[in-house]
Amino acid sequence: MTVAQETAPESMKALTLRLQGEIFAIEAECVREILDIVPITEVPNASAFAPGLINVRGRVVPLADLRVMFGMDRPPPSVDTRIVVIEIELDGEPTVVGILADKVHDVTDIKSATIEEAPKVGVRWPTEFVRGIGKRGDDFIVVPDLGRIFGAEGGSAVSKATDERKTP
Amino acid sequence: MMSTEQSDVFRQEARDLLDSLEQALLDLEQKPDDYDLVDTAFRALHTIKGSGAMFGFDQVASFAHAFEAAFDRVRKKQAAPSRDLIAVALVAKDYIHTLIETPEKADAAAGDEVLVALRQIVEAGAQAKPTAAPASSPSAALLPPLEMLAPAPAPAGQTFRVRFRLQPESLTMGANPLLMLDELRSLGSATVTALTDKVPLLGELKAEHCHLGWEVLLTTAQPREAIEDVFMFLRDDMELEIAPASETSAPIEEASPIQAAPSEPKAQPAPAETAPPPAPKAKTPAHDDKHAAQADKKKPAADNTSSLRVPAERLNELMDRVGELVIAQSRLNQIAGASSDPSLKLVAEDLARLASGLRDTTMGIRMVPIGSLFGRFRRLVHDLSRELGKGVEFETTGEETELDKTVVEKLADPLVHIIRNSIDHGLESGAERLAAGKAEGGTVRLSAIHSGAEVAIAIKDDGKGLDPVRIRAKAEEAGLIAPDEKLTDAQLYQLIFRPGFSTAREVTSISGRGVGMDVVKRTIDSLRGSIDIASKVGDGTTVTLRLPLTLAIIEGMLVRVGASRYSIPLSAVEECVELPASVDAASSGRNFLNIRGGLVPFLRLRELFGVKSAPEPYQKVVIVSAGEQRVGLVVDQIIGNNQTVIKSLSKLHAKLQTFSGATILGDGTVALILDVVHLVNFGQAYEQRLRSEIVGRAA
Repeated sequence: MTVAQETAPESMKALTLRLQGEIFAIEAECVREILDIVPITEVPNASAFAPGLINVRGRVVPLADLRVMFGMDRPPPSVDTRIVVIEIELDGEPTVVGILADKVHDVTDIKSATIEEAPKVGVRWPTEFVRGIGKRGDDFIVVPDLGRIFGAEGGSAVSKATDERKTP
Repeated sequence: MMSTEQSDVFRQEARDLLDSLEQALLDLEQKPDDYDLVDTAFRALHTIKGSGAMFGFDQVASFAHAFEAAFDRVRKKQAAPSRDLIAVALVAKDYIHTLIETPEKADAAAGDEVLVALRQIVEAGAQAKPTAAPASSPSAALLPPLEMLAPAPAPAGQTFRVRFRLQPESLTMGANPLLMLDELRSLGSATVTALTDKVPLLGELKAEHCHLGWEVLLTTAQPREAIEDVFMFLRDDMELEIAPASETSAPIEEASPIQAAPSEPKAQPAPAETAPPPAPKAKTPAHDDKHAAQADKKKPAADNTSSLRVPAERLNELMDRVGELVIAQSRLNQIAGASSDPSLKLVAEDLARLASGLRDTTMGIRMVPIGSLFGRFRRLVHDLSRELGKGVEFETTGEETELDKTVVEKLADPLVHIIRNSIDHGLESGAERLAAGKAEGGTVRLSAIHSGAEVAIAIKDDGKGLDPVRIRAKAEEAGLIAPDEKLTDAQLYQLIFRPGFSTAREVTSISGRGVGMDVVKRTIDSLRGSIDIASKVGDGTTVTLRLPLTLAIIEGMLVRVGASRYSIPLSAVEECVELPASVDAASSGRNFLNIRGGLVPFLRLRELFGVKSAPEPYQKVVIVSAGEQRVGLVVDQIIGNNQTVIKSLSKLHAKLQTFSGATILGDGTVALILDVVHLVNFGQAYEQRLRSEIVGRAA
């Protein structure tokens, strides 16, 4: 899996995007394209993490909202909202997934040396979803562990906890 | 070293050859006198041996060689294709399969055992059938030593004059006379002379045609059949003359070899006496075998030109592209419909026609005849019949019926279960059958037939039938139904698809553990098919599977619930009605409709899907059949029918069984496809929850 590589190279080329107040970095290699917001088809009774489907060039692609996994607020899309289409492996199958981003910044190099493990204190997010915290200038950049995040959704353990939209 | 790609080609080819070997063996069991079948089996073995050696599958080659050597006795009519022989031959075939597919799992000792068993049976068969083998020659009953064919023997024995001439176009078909000449040389000492009498003048000479003939004077210790074997694959398509070298052209040539070969050293009793049966066939290809030869010639030619192996992924990719094209085309249609430009409309119409043609063709590529599947079951029936000691006649019809390849592949396991059940539970033992006034051997009929957009596959046995009383008792015991519950027989039969249900009194190795039928049901459900059972005590049972022709595209009915649109498979839709305002208002505690006197419950999709906006005044009900029951689905609007290209949902939504997939609509948005059966189950669970809440409040 490209996302959860254990042996980190010297530096990581990453796409930075904003989810609420935080900057996240996603390995540029797995990003396929960035789309403006498109009509989203709601999937009734699905978890809040993967609430809908979108049409990406004739393919039906699930749309995931990482903000759910980090317990963030979810305001409706704004002019800055983008969909980052990434390809990850789910149970060994390459899967194309769209991720909602409040804003997409740029592609940047993050030196591996500056990425630290998430501290045990001072983080309210489930730490298993964070691969590390990087620094750029004065800002912190969250490097999410997409493999675990999407794996957890498959395993359903977390999705129930974060899914406040119960079946009617 | 062979590349893996080439080995894959060999494996694929070998799989086909093993299949045809198995079919031939099974056919032979029915028709032991049909020597064409023996030849087919032999040819398949021979090719496996040859290409196995070529691709470096040495174990396969040597095993196939030994197998072939044993089977050769049958070909020469020195042994009868008895049931036992066929059973062992089938095991040997399986062993070759293991050697090819998973050589690391192959147990050499087991392989040797099979060969020994095979040899014993063949030898026993040879002695028991003296009419076929030369009675006076016990040596003929022994197999030729295995190494005999490999090295060139000493140039002793008889001398044959072999004249052969290939068909002019045979070179383009891949025949190589050099190889044949080499093979002849390996049999003994040979003098080769080319016959140039038919070579035309340069102007008429066709460079790719074979104009030469050959005459070979061959002195060999091998029997005449060894020479014939050299030409085995081409025999029907060539002129071949094999005569003892004296060339007296005596009509009774069998008598002459002894004079013709004065140096005849060791007794070689077999050749002269065993030669007659196959020999005339070889010598007179132009006459009595002409029709057969022509038929044979046509068949391989047709196979070569009309079939092409394509990896399934490429086909899926093509299907996806066509799906996208269909979507783009319907978008264009919308635009053209809104426009007043006649030339745009014209192009849009053309494109619509082309796109639908392309879609049909592409779908056609995915269709395979179901016969490929039926063939596998003959072996199953054969093995079961032996294991259980029940005589079973297995009949198949409708092999040519075509179904989507994915469907055919997924059908294999369910059909195995059903056929096993039919033979194990359905058919009585021979004695019981005789007592019931039936033929001793049972019959299992497997048939496939197109009906509309569905294919019906029926498995019919003439056994004892399902016993509703016992099913009822068993179901009550297992707590599946209440003791006083009234059920029709059809409903009772459906109970056997429940997990853990089995009425078999004793558990056999084959069935009776109550796993299987629920798997069958689940698989058929996932293929959007249905299962019907008809049965009569004493007369037998018919299980009918109804399956859609394809999984890739369905006809759907597009409906709107709230702001979202959904597609309901049209095959499930029975009718559409308006929800009467009175019912709408009254149905707080009960949700059912009166449809022509029948009571039809309904589910409000707005509730199930958690739509919060206010419902529209005139709600519609789509009445669908979900398994045995009819259920209404209340929607806001019925938009119409559409062709739906099904896209499966990702793993992220795999747990939502209420949707079988999604599709892209003409305007580019995504619509979900409802899985009617699961949706109804979901609705039941939802109402169950509501009921328990009411009870909870009351308590």
